[in-house]
Amino acid sequence: MAEYEIEMLHITKRFPGIIANDDISLRLKKGEIHALLGENGAGKSTLMSVLFGLYQPEEGEIRKRGVKVEIHDPNDANDLGIGMVHQHFKLVECFSVLDNIILGVEPNKAGFLQKKEAREKVLSLSEKYGLRVDPDAIIEDITVGMQQRTEILKMLYRDNEILIFDEPTAVLTPQEIEELMEIMRNLAKEGKSILFISHKLNEIMSVADRCTVLRKGKYIGTVDIKDTTAEGLSAMMVGRDVNFHVEKKPAQPGEVVLDVQNMVVASKSHNNNAVKGVSFKIRKGEIVCIAGIDGNGQTELAYGLSGLEPVKEGVILFNGVDIAHMSIRKRNTSGLSHIPEDRHKHGLVLDYSLENNIVLERYFEPEFTSKAGFLKEQNIRAYAERLIAEYDVRSGQGPVTIARSMSGGNQQKAIVGREIDKNPDLLIAVQPTRGLDVGAIEFIHKQLVALRDAGKAVLLISLELDEVMDVSDRILVMYEGEIVGELDPGTATVEELGLYMAGAKRDEVKS
Amino acid sequence: MLLLLQYTLIFASVLLLVALGGCYSEHSGVINLGLEGIMVIGALGGALMMRYLPAVTPGFLMVLLTLAGAIVFGVAYSALLAVACINFKADQTIVGTALNILGTALATVLVKAMNMSINPDDVSSTIQYVEPKKSFIVYLGSFEFNWFMLITIVVLAIAYVVLYKTRFGLRMMACGEHPQAAASVGINVYKMRWAGVLISGVFGALGGISYILAGVSEWKFENGVAGFGFLALAVMIFGQWKPLRIALAALLFGLFRALSNVYIGIDFLAALNIPSTVYNMMPYLISLLVLAFTSKTSKAPKAEGIPYDPGQR
Repeated sequence: MAEYEIEMLHITKRFPGIIANDDISLRLKKGEIHALLGENGAGKSTLMSVLFGLYQPEEGEIRKRGVKVEIHDPNDANDLGIGMVHQHFKLVECFSVLDNIILGVEPNKAGFLQKKEAREKVLSLSEKYGLRVDPDAIIEDITVGMQQRTEILKMLYRDNEILIFDEPTAVLTPQEIEELMEIMRNLAKEGKSILFISHKLNEIMSVADRCTVLRKGKYIGTVDIKDTTAEGLSAMMVGRDVNFHVEKKPAQPGEVVLDVQNMVVASKSHNNNAVKGVSFKIRKGEIVCIAGIDGNGQTELAYGLSGLEPVKEGVILFNGVDIAHMSIRKRNTSGLSHIPEDRHKHGLVLDYSLENNIVLERYFEPEFTSKAGFLKEQNIRAYAERLIAEYDVRSGQGPVTIARSMSGGNQQKAIVGREIDKNPDLLIAVQPTRGLDVGAIEFIHKQLVALRDAGKAVLLISLELDEVMDVSDRILVMYEGEIVGELDPGTATVEELGLYMAGAKRDEVKS
Repeated sequence: MLLLLQYTLIFASVLLLVALGGCYSEHSGVINLGLEGIMVIGALGGALMMRYLPAVTPGFLMVLLTLAGAIVFGVAYSALLAVACINFKADQTIVGTALNILGTALATVLVKAMNMSINPDDVSSTIQYVEPKKSFIVYLGSFEFNWFMLITIVVLAIAYVVLYKTRFGLRMMACGEHPQAAASVGINVYKMRWAGVLISGVFGALGGISYILAGVSEWKFENGVAGFGFLALAVMIFGQWKPLRIALAALLFGLFRALSNVYIGIDFLAALNIPSTVYNMMPYLISLLVLAFTSKTSKAPKAEGIPYDPGQR
């Protein structure tokens, strides 16, 4: 028997003007979890698309168990036992879990669906691998974690042997990530071979057996996880040493910038309030971090502060003025900046050019609009070019690039540049590094610290424990819409933080 | 009262057939605003069949061939929508509207040309089918049973079963909700959408021929089908794209449409002395109101109206 389940040998794939994959080889053993690591744009997705039959490589070949195979479309891939959990789930939202699983391979008699046997198979698979799902639940009603388990069951139902997970943890809560890791280990134990695409080093360290690293379309190497460290992997990925620990001097808090008193924000998804009378203060020159498990009111807290949702009760004193019922424009112009959680929905106009996105909050200023109401395009261009250079925003055509076509990291850098260049008194950054690679994360963390050192206040809302512990000067923990604890990142442990986040511990926090 | 029931059933049949056509097209992901045009062309196909078939044709065959004529015309016409919207990714709203305008115009021009070739003085766009029409009707006492009532029930049953109980239905609905997901499990989205649109051509044409056979014995094609295609769209939306709810909605709308024909015969309504135009407006007013209040919670197929692009994630 051949040693490798799948071999991709010397794959080269060119697109006009760019070599996306340059002589890349990847060998997947049976029963292993093989991580594919690389920054955004390193060629991971292209390589997986080649394996899944979406692209045809110019050079190189694919072998299954030593035999050369041709993969022209996803059906070929499926016939070879290759399945994929896409980063954006391919689920029909108004169908049941069961219907989604059988779609495309429906058991039938003369075209009539026979769901009974399908249900039994799904239930037995779900038991065997510990994938809890309710076959009759409708996709739009269930959690992201359960949707992902549905995607996994889709592959198992098709008896796929080679399972590709494309950045599967990006959308999950810490608990769900832990659960997914366990599921992946189980699958490997049962003889499935797993390709795990990620740029989160700690996840790779904890779950993978081997790791192949790509950088800028080139193959860097394949290493055994037990022989390497996170630092080593990261150096391979970015080509230089990356500092995990954010370098920063002790904070020197000054006067109070933001004073929130008993803020209440309604919830959109249920009748309860999402934010239940929260009070806290933020001073100049400090980074305050709101930690918590997703869905405990952090999103709504940010919406209330930034004006995206109305505040039901309470006072938000910003530089001594109550802004609770001010328009968003007025909050913006009076020194509040906001890096929104959803950069596609609230951060950018995706079909606008980069330069127009950059002046989105300032276009009405005399610098960019003449008295007659015409845009001063030259000034906009010059301003955009300066920010693009300062914040290292990379794009195809510079200022005129359409935002939609840019990578997530560069979109985020553009937003960060826009918000920081406004020279705000307070920056609210909601999950500013979500879905970004190590290099971009490091960059954004540095910007936050620089802003703090310039005597500004930063409110960071994050789900990433590492980020919470590394970047912040003060941690507030949110649980079910309330602030249940205040911790000092210098003395608190991750375990302690976890207890507060899970609601197992709470203090009376004074504002 | 019997007359009211009879008219309600026949109008409801028309609306139900056409709305089911729309339902199939939209579940596959293509908005079919061209139902009105498809009805007209389908009706033309059926009317031509009745005009040119020899009068001695047995009744049963007459019914079958008329339906076949309508279906062939309707399917061919709906293929225009499919080609433009699915293969050339044209804007579905605009193509549908174009089909509506073209449908009535085309039928008028054709029928006028035919009438004039027989009698140069006859510039009407009317086709008569007094005799063939009788094949479609069976008298049960004084109740005028129209074969279309039965056909509609059969079509409804088939439409329901195919949509919810077969592989084809599941796959087609997946294409209307999330075509990329469907494609990722090996379903040919183009084929499924073509199927959905052509089926709407079949049902739309059946609706068209049953509409011009309801009540009258000749049809003036200049009039098109008086907005019934759009009324059917309202029925489809009120029925939330679900065949059984569409059937109920069709009965409701059919009732109001029937009232405008027969209210004179119902004593207390006649006594109210409301102008007939008010009754004529009723179905349209109701659809306006219904749409205004149900649109917010509507469960339209998510991907309808968006041309399928395999590259999009």
